[in-house]
Amino acid sequence: MGADSDNRRGTQPAPLCELRGITKVFPGVVANDGIDLDVRAGEVHALLGENGAGKSTLINILSGMYRPDAGSTSFEGRPVQIDSPRAAIELGIGTVYQHLTLVPTLSVLENLMLGSQGGTGRLDLEGARERFAELARLLGVDFAPGARAGALALGQQQQVEIMKALWRQDSRVLILDEPTSMLTPQGYEELRGVLENLKSEGLAVILITHKLHEAIELGDRVTVLRAGRVVGSLAPEELRGRSERELSARIVEMMFGEQAAELADAVEVEATPVRRNLPRRELGEVALAVRGLALDGDEDAVGLRDVTVEVRTGEIVGVAGVDGNGQRELAELIAGQRGSRVGEVLLFGEDVTRLGVGERERRGLRYVTDDRIGEGMVADLDVAMNAVLKRIGRRPFWRAGAERRDEIDRFAEGLVERYNVRTPDVRTRLATLSGGNVQKLLLARELAGEPRVAVFNKPTHGLDVRTAEFVRDQIREAAAAGLAALVISTEIEELVDLCDRIVVISRGELTGEVENTPGVEERVGALMVARSGSAS
Amino acid sequence: MSDLLSQEFLTALISGGLVAAMPLLFASLGELVSEQAGVLNVGLEGYMLFGAFLAFVIAYNTGSEWLGLAAGIVAGAVGSLLMVVFSVRMRLDQIVIGIAIILLAEGATSLLFDASYAESRPSLGTPSELAIPLLKEIPILGESVFSQHPIVYVGIALAFVVGWILKRTSAGLSIRAAGERPEALDAAGVSVTATRTWATLCAGGLAGLGGGYLAIVGAGSFTPFITQGAGFIAIVIAMLSRGVAPWTIVGAVLFGMSLSIATALQLIGVEIQTDYVQMLPFIAVIVVLVLFARRSYLPSALALPYVRGEK
Repeated sequence: MGADSDNRRGTQPAPLCELRGITKVFPGVVANDGIDLDVRAGEVHALLGENGAGKSTLINILSGMYRPDAGSTSFEGRPVQIDSPRAAIELGIGTVYQHLTLVPTLSVLENLMLGSQGGTGRLDLEGARERFAELARLLGVDFAPGARAGALALGQQQQVEIMKALWRQDSRVLILDEPTSMLTPQGYEELRGVLENLKSEGLAVILITHKLHEAIELGDRVTVLRAGRVVGSLAPEELRGRSERELSARIVEMMFGEQAAELADAVEVEATPVRRNLPRRELGEVALAVRGLALDGDEDAVGLRDVTVEVRTGEIVGVAGVDGNGQRELAELIAGQRGSRVGEVLLFGEDVTRLGVGERERRGLRYVTDDRIGEGMVADLDVAMNAVLKRIGRRPFWRAGAERRDEIDRFAEGLVERYNVRTPDVRTRLATLSGGNVQKLLLARELAGEPRVAVFNKPTHGLDVRTAEFVRDQIREAAAAGLAALVISTEIEELVDLCDRIVVISRGELTGEVENTPGVEERVGALMVARSGSAS
Repeated sequence: MSDLLSQEFLTALISGGLVAAMPLLFASLGELVSEQAGVLNVGLEGYMLFGAFLAFVIAYNTGSEWLGLAAGIVAGAVGSLLMVVFSVRMRLDQIVIGIAIILLAEGATSLLFDASYAESRPSLGTPSELAIPLLKEIPILGESVFSQHPIVYVGIALAFVVGWILKRTSAGLSIRAAGERPEALDAAGVSVTATRTWATLCAGGLAGLGGGYLAIVGAGSFTPFITQGAGFIAIVIAMLSRGVAPWTIVGAVLFGMSLSIATALQLIGVEIQTDYVQMLPFIAVIVVLVLFARRSYLPSALALPYVRGEK
């Protein structure tokens, strides 16, 4: 790994890889518009931008998945064409994608050997084990090479991805696409250490993120993208010796321009959690009561044990915990998508444990899933159809079995406008919308009609600052209007910002419940690790 | 009933079972490879028919069984080229193309046979046997297992070879990834299209060999629709084998025995109407599926066309 780059450090080393005027157009969207980017050895270059700013497109171009419509790339001063993933790999560019690309049924070692040994012959298991041991030391991993990839925790899977990207001895550039989105606080610290190791090995790292504080903390150089263009960058000299607050302000200005002022709030939430003074609302009757729910676990999921929680009308109750501790199972049990042999679910005092999804929905229960595209929406249908997905066959959208497009479109247009969903029109295929807009539409659909109780599963996961704040505002508004809300989130700051009360889930059990009063973070944090320890 | 355990009956059952198992073994091995790569060859039956017909024509005209079997491989592979072109490359629906291939093969082979051989109805000579010294002396097994056409031994060895290739070579690893998570294979710099192409051709060639065996060794002749659903049974065997190639031997022999049981019964004087007997393998399929359906595991990306970057 580029030892020669070390002796040039300190001066301004020539960029390892230069992108000039990169442009990529998709139907209806200019994803990248004349982007210039320099990548230097021994440096972490943070690429910051909202969802849809063009970050992913840019790294897909650099890793050979897409071809640019215009622009040029040079590597070590030579012009190159990166026209396939193989071409990128041969240049020593390794990529860790946001959506993990491991084959879950293969072992860790098999995943690492995939495509790396060339040809079709016998696999070199010995050589692969040696390389695994080398990288395991560099990255500090603690799983066996023979473990099934699908059985690892998300953080470990990501480590396998990083190993895969660095598998070749001559790796030069490592691209990390939103690497922290699935990490616990400890995992984040570990990643930080790994980045330091990689830098000292002379690697160039490109780190994609939409979180401001990560870009500042992890990046030696920051480039800000907005709507497919570079709108600003901070060189290492500019980053050093300034406070995080000062840098945040500058970057926010680059990201959002003149609207920056009104966003000050949203940035606050992210940088340092500041509690809103929640207006003391009148809490009403118990709207949702869950009593003694239990579920058997299996090798892929933890079960639930004796889960009991109540939510009153107008109340927002948070469920805090590290991902994968039974949150999804709990949400699905309440929604009626899963059955439980033990315990009961009550809506306004009425036992609905044996009722199906549709019947519970008619009683005012809504579930905003975290699996937005998949369980929440049908990617191949248009926006309007997705808006009425849960009312297929019902009036006024269908009459005597016949679909009434006008009614459907008008209803969808109303939702799109009220929730500010950015889409060319309601007949657009849903798959072309960005993640934030899909979430807005999902929220719009679930909160339409007369919701009385709603379960939100990770409602702001993967969203940019602005959309996340919008989503939280909608939840607040709905609660003010009398909705009983149960919000599941992995970010304590968010729950502190939003909730009246927070319960903590760990290994499928509720380990405690705290009122949202000053100092709540520490108590929630303590409860999160109280029992689990190994749940990361 | 003690007749059922007589040497005569068991020899006929096992020997006939192995003969009947070979077409299923070859076809299901090929199907297993292509399923692992994400290609569901509904048209397996079609490749077998192509293979059976060409193998018969070549064997009849040259007098060589081995040239005939080789021709079967070629014919099956050419048949699977249709799948490669339309489904793997042009990304049309695998099931629709598969059904089209079956219909084409049934029509084309029947027509060609009727045009050339309908009058004469020629048949080939008795297939050769390779009796293994010493082992053939073992009672029952000697006569049934160790006195077979040499291709039988090739087939059983092949199941283990294919298993080794899938598990221990780069090519095998690429094949397994192509069926489970093709985007991962693509990101690793290996062409999904090329991997699936080779796997599909492999299915075609092996199914063609199975068809050729059916005509030359099994029947000694070709008749239209000679495969009688063997292609579908082979798909079931491949699915139940969960990607572990040697399991296809077990599946193929079990189904093969359900085919040979009629002959064996006749030998000991039990007469059953052939209509009922011919239903046996299909009843066996239903029973096996009811009992073992949960055991089957299909690769996640099976029958899904791969388009880079599509959500």
